[in-house]
Amino acid sequence: MTSNALEVRNLRKTFKDFCLDDISFSLPNGFIMGLVGKNGAGKTTTIKLILELLQKEAGMIKIFSKELHSDFDIKQDIAVVFDDLFFVDDWKISDVESALAPFYTRWDTSTFHGYLKKFNLTTNKKVKELSKGMKMKLMLAVALSHKARLLILDEPTSGIDPVARDELLDILLHYIEDENNSILFSTHITSDLDKIADYLTIINNGTIFYTGTKDGLFEKYCIVKGGLELLTTETEKYLLGIQKGSTGFSALLDIDNIKYITPDMITEKATIDDVLIHVNLEK
Amino acid sequence: MKIIIQNSSDVPIYQQIYEQIREAILSKAISEGELLPSIRQLSRELKVSVITTTRAYTELEKDGYIMIVQGKGCYVKSINQHVLEERLLKGIEEHFSEILKSAKLLKKSDEELLQLLKFLMEEINYDK
Repeated sequence: MTSNALEVRNLRKTFKDFCLDDISFSLPNGFIMGLVGKNGAGKTTTIKLILELLQKEAGMIKIFSKELHSDFDIKQDIAVVFDDLFFVDDWKISDVESALAPFYTRWDTSTFHGYLKKFNLTTNKKVKELSKGMKMKLMLAVALSHKARLLILDEPTSGIDPVARDELLDILLHYIEDENNSILFSTHITSDLDKIADYLTIINNGTIFYTGTKDGLFEKYCIVKGGLELLTTETEKYLLGIQKGSTGFSALLDIDNIKYITPDMITEKATIDDVLIHVNLEK
Repeated sequence: MKIIIQNSSDVPIYQQIYEQIREAILSKAISEGELLPSIRQLSRELKVSVITTTRAYTELEKDGYIMIVQGKGCYVKSINQHVLEERLLKGIEEHFSEILKSAKLLKKSDEELLQLLKFLMEEINYDK
């Protein structure tokens, strides 16, 4: 019986010009879930709500089957990497450790220094001297050094070169070699997820478009292409996010509706990018 | 054990893993009783999701090539040569009956079918 590392039910939060509505998904223990959507789709808001950095209006969030506000100790089990460093610029890396370690009951100095060594980070370097990739690695080292069981990453790969991204993927896969560990990974660089994600949750304009296994997404949707003359009001009903050009159209199709399209149309396997693009066109 | 994943291939990744491990077992590149990398180690090595490697291993177990021992690892099962041949033969039979069904639909004559088979045998250099 596998339990969930993270469970989100009917989450809602409204802002003046944006609304996150009825967000539900669950991440089973021991797996990697990708949280995808274009900029401003609600990924970071969702993560902030999970961490209670924002107050939710409705819904339920359970981490290891407990709600955060009822059991504050769960925070020890969570590690977070944001896309930007929140440490003081003038701190040396050694200061970062002495400032943060006291907050964690299970802080492990030798693990931390092991990661620093692996990442080629020296303790007398100042935070402001670090490159973007180094900053991400420093945050990751902190995140992995207090025996957290849920790692949440918010856009860790944006602005990072392919080599560092590949290293990150390796670290994440190493982390879940222990099957008690789980990862929620928000990104819009979908090639990272194409490889390693087990589950995907796609958010579009504050609502969930898809949540489930990555393979399930590709079994559910495909891309349809063809000449413009093939489009009729009847078939257009079944196509999602139709993109028309002078040479033809492309659209997303729920495979259940495949009987409604004409044989002249070409179908092909969708990528995460395709799904994002067409879902965004669908209003 | 060598496993090479082709991301551009139409063959699903779990199936690529399945086929290459099966190939290694059948060709005795890995021997009976040998410990395979764990599901999670393999997913790290190949940079694929855990669900993908789990699926490959589950299929291998279902088809009797490996044994997954909870908490210990995955082992290459001893394969009874006789049973194996039987199973492969059964696979051939199944494929042939599929072919015959389709041929019946298309009303192909026996000669035409045999000719097609011969042609394909030459194509892939089938040689006993």
